[in-house]
Amino acid sequence: MAARVADVIVVGGGVHGCSAALHLVNEGLNVVLFEAQYLSSGGSGRSAAGLRQHFGTEVNCRLAKYNLECFSTLEQDLGGEFDLEFRQWGYLWVAYTESSKEQLRKNVSLQNSLDIPSVMLSPAEIKERWPYMNVDRMVGAAFCDKDGHINPHSLTMAYGYAAQKKGAIIKTYAPVEKLLTDKGKISGVQAAGEVWHAPRVMLTAGPWSRDLALGVGVDMPVSAERHNLLVTEQVEPFNCPMTLCLDDGAYFKQLPNGSFFLGRDDPDEPKTVESGNSAKFLEGVTESVLQRIPMLKDVRAIHQWSGPYDVTPDHQAIIDWTPVEGLWVNCGWSGHGLQFGPSGGRLAKEMFFGEKTFVDIRNFRLSRFEEGDLFDEPAFI
Amino acid sequence: MTRENDKIKKFDSEQDVVVCRCEEITREEIRTWIARGFHTFDELKRVLRIGMGPCQGRGCRDIVMRELACITQKQLSEISPGVIRPPVKPIKLGLLAQKTNKGGSCDGCEGR
Repeated sequence: MAARVADVIVVGGGVHGCSAALHLVNEGLNVVLFEAQYLSSGGSGRSAAGLRQHFGTEVNCRLAKYNLECFSTLEQDLGGEFDLEFRQWGYLWVAYTESSKEQLRKNVSLQNSLDIPSVMLSPAEIKERWPYMNVDRMVGAAFCDKDGHINPHSLTMAYGYAAQKKGAIIKTYAPVEKLLTDKGKISGVQAAGEVWHAPRVMLTAGPWSRDLALGVGVDMPVSAERHNLLVTEQVEPFNCPMTLCLDDGAYFKQLPNGSFFLGRDDPDEPKTVESGNSAKFLEGVTESVLQRIPMLKDVRAIHQWSGPYDVTPDHQAIIDWTPVEGLWVNCGWSGHGLQFGPSGGRLAKEMFFGEKTFVDIRNFRLSRFEEGDLFDEPAFI
Repeated sequence: MTRENDKIKKFDSEQDVVVCRCEEITREEIRTWIARGFHTFDELKRVLRIGMGPCQGRGCRDIVMRELACITQKQLSEISPGVIRPPVKPIKLGLLAQKTNKGGSCDGCEGR
């Protein structure tokens, strides 16, 4: 096997890996990115791609605000070749119990203190603004009209191919088989039968990160969880916001092309990175969503798919240098990672060069699990 | 635009042929993206939305696979058709939801 050399290797062609590749190649580094299939084929491309600033921890709010600012000019910043479908139709969190309303109120108060313009709405205000919604049993909601949607495939590819244009090598259909170390330091990867050497490896492989890191002795509490989505035929767009119902985790939103995305939690789904589909999801999600927005009953489901979350015990990401020198990791986003792509790349660059990060991300350190210092994100779906 | 694409253009006076009717994607657009290096149906699907519409790729899949085979100089049998997702045919959400409520039957099926 011929050896090949780079300054830095990125493992995983999701949005965080592609953004990291671009930020690093912009600094003049020789970057090689490996992706097992095609860019966006893992968790990134399968996400519902909601953009929200509704979080209950300060670090996520600050990062989300930064990302939303990036999205407003990102399509042009990345060359304009890919339509990112960025829209700000809002994001609504609906409470069905007083206790979940109280949590939303706390989150909104934190968000407001960080200049995020979210508000609480009463059921009457919801009905007035979106008359087609059934507000039965709703007790209130949090809403931010600056939040919205982006196309997860074109977002990921736009980052990846922008990096390629700057000189990064993007290797698709090239799964990394293992990370390589030499005297306790990272030395490269073995991928698709080739050995590549680099003194730094950025591991951004979502739920696949755990096994790769374990191969060099780094144990991260990241587990896969399968989540399903359903998409409908296109109907005339009426700017229906992303609406998340906190009683059973059902959500729906309209896309710029008029299609609807429907999803719902199911604790019985297998804990796996393997995709697959169940009829149970299809029936359950439609029943639940139609209770909230009955006018969709004659709209047709076109197809369903699934994808893996990479879940940590506190539903927060891990962004840190690992105990193996030269190995950096960014994974464990627990279902809300796509929208953090822009900040993921910036943090990769800042941490690569040992700079002070633009937001304090000490909370995301890997050692928090050992220390028992978890910091739960209350706003996860 | 790459050389391959220019070569094909020379022999092709029908550049506006619509291959994917759901998303109105022309053969020209498909060839452009193949020339950019998108050499699988699944990748073209992500950038062009082919196969994501109500026909589920019934209209375009074979044509796109032939384009891929021709341009990448492979046998058609070597080209993956990509992932085909359920449901096989579009179904009204109301029918799917009713099936749950009525334990397996639905209005559309009753009395037949």
